Amino acid sequence: MIEVDHLVKKFGDFTAVADLSFRVERGQVMGFLGPNGAGKSTTMKMITGFLRPTSGTARIMGLDISDDMLAAQRHFGYLPEGAPAWPDMTPRAFLQFITRIRGLDKAAARAAEGRAIEMTELHGVLDQPIDTLSKGYRRRVGLAQAIVHDPDVLVMDEPTDGLDPNQKFQVRRAITDMATDKAIIISTHILEEVDAVCAAAMIIDRGQIVAEGTPSELAARSRYSGAVALTLETDKLSAAQAVLKQVAHDSAEIVTRGDESTLHIFAQKGSEPGALLADLRARVGAAGLAPRALALETGRLDDVFGALTGKARPAPPSFSATEEGAS
Amino acid sequence: MMRALLAITAREFGGYFATPLAFVFIIVFLLANGLATFYLGAYFSMGQADLTSFFMFHPWLYLFFLPAISMRLWAEERRNGSIELLLTLPVPLTAVVIGKYLAALAFSALALALTFPVWLTVNFLGDPDNGVILASYLGSLMLAGGYLAIGSCLSALTRNQVIAFVISVVACFLFTVSGAPLVLEIFDGWAPQALIETLATFSLLTHFRAITGGVIDARDVMFFASLIGVFLTATVIVVDMKKAEGA
Repeated sequence: MIEVDHLVKKFGDFTAVADLSFRVERGQVMGFLGPNGAGKSTTMKMITGFLRPTSGTARIMGLDISDDMLAAQRHFGYLPEGAPAWPDMTPRAFLQFITRIRGLDKAAARAAEGRAIEMTELHGVLDQPIDTLSKGYRRRVGLAQAIVHDPDVLVMDEPTDGLDPNQKFQVRRAITDMATDKAIIISTHILEEVDAVCAAAMIIDRGQIVAEGTPSELAARSRYSGAVALTLETDKLSAAQAVLKQVAHDSAEIVTRGDESTLHIFAQKGSEPGALLADLRARVGAAGLAPRALALETGRLDDVFGALTGKARPAPPSFSATEEGAS
Repeated sequence: MMRALLAITAREFGGYFATPLAFVFIIVFLLANGLATFYLGAYFSMGQADLTSFFMFHPWLYLFFLPAISMRLWAEERRNGSIELLLTLPVPLTAVVIGKYLAALAFSALALALTFPVWLTVNFLGDPDNGVILASYLGSLMLAGGYLAIGSCLSALTRNQVIAFVISVVACFLFTVSGAPLVLEIFDGWAPQALIETLATFSLLTHFRAITGGVIDARDVMFFASLIGVFLTATVIVVDMKKAEGA
């Protein structure tokens, strides 16, 4: 279990983390989201005892990281940002070093190393120096190091950064598998990852929590949540816009890809969910538009992320067209 | 804690040999030692069966060779980010500092031990006082220990190995010459005598010469031991301070 208790970190006048508090229970994966420089890594460095907080503290399995650092550190595995390791070492020697430092006896150490190697699929590169490995393998070596002693708590800073889609999938599956009996924090700026592995997510910006909840709760805050996507041939676009004018749905976003266009029509605030879809379905049918697709949209996490962290695309004016180039 | 400390020493020591640099270092060190002894020290023309001309140059050779070993101790960990891994493992900071230091000391002890042909030569050519030679070897190792402790502390201040090297050479130089007449004369006449005497006792050279004279005096041993203790403590403090700064 991880408890973060009013953590503050200031570098001179700059406040990197401003009064952050949250808990992650055993069996839970917490996704830590935020733009670069939001304070994700700084928070993780404080939780793991690498940085000393300006004020506040963190507790790992009830052990205070400031007062009881070594005891707390025994309970977690940590993958720092960029998965650092000693470049001259081989993954095998590196894992042996970690198990030795962590005080596992020989038999337990060999078993633990084997399990970590299995989970991160490092068999093929065990005896190559780490600096000759690809970015993906290096990341997996870092992961293996973090999980080798089967810790109660895992803190991972961008565990899938630099991996290809297959490797990302494997790492996410490994995280989900481990989640049942561990408390896990991962930071990421890949939003689909949050959907894939996290039971809870937190968006932070400028060192403060700006939103928290389950991924679907967060996504529901998106303006796309409850909107309707209408896809049709580009040359029918003006006819479609005429239909929209009838119902006074003046907020829509148009995305054109070659001969196909999609209109994202936003529901009025407070309207019945699904009402917009039914209404549009009737009117589009009556106008004889024969759309390629007409469907209710779910919220988009990236939209919420953008809106909350101040990097949102400006809200589209009525019928603004976004050209995304011919496909 | 001991086990973790030794794991760190072993890892660090192995790290020296991961690249050919360690072998190049040892060979150059041995060559420089030989050149200094036989040419500068005029070993053969002295006509004496002892190693005075061999040990005489150690402070000056160490001045450049040992900062080259100690510069990477912390600066490299900082540069490649592994310091974050090292300091979040459940090991007391003191054990990490001592473990890394011992690896550097072991490496220089190895380089020093490989000068044994000089010792064989002098025994072959004459009948030296091997007790004095042994004392001198121990003195040389203590001297190396002092330099490395200073270098460890200064390496912790920066992520740049070149800077670590340069400031270590300068600091070691000051500690070496602080007892030399040239330096003491600067203070002579205006500074209180007590200060001058204190300054003179800080000289590594004075204590090293006392030992290579063949007498292992407890005061000289204490000097090196406290010098090493002070600078390793300073290393712990510097590394710990950087945790608060986040640099």
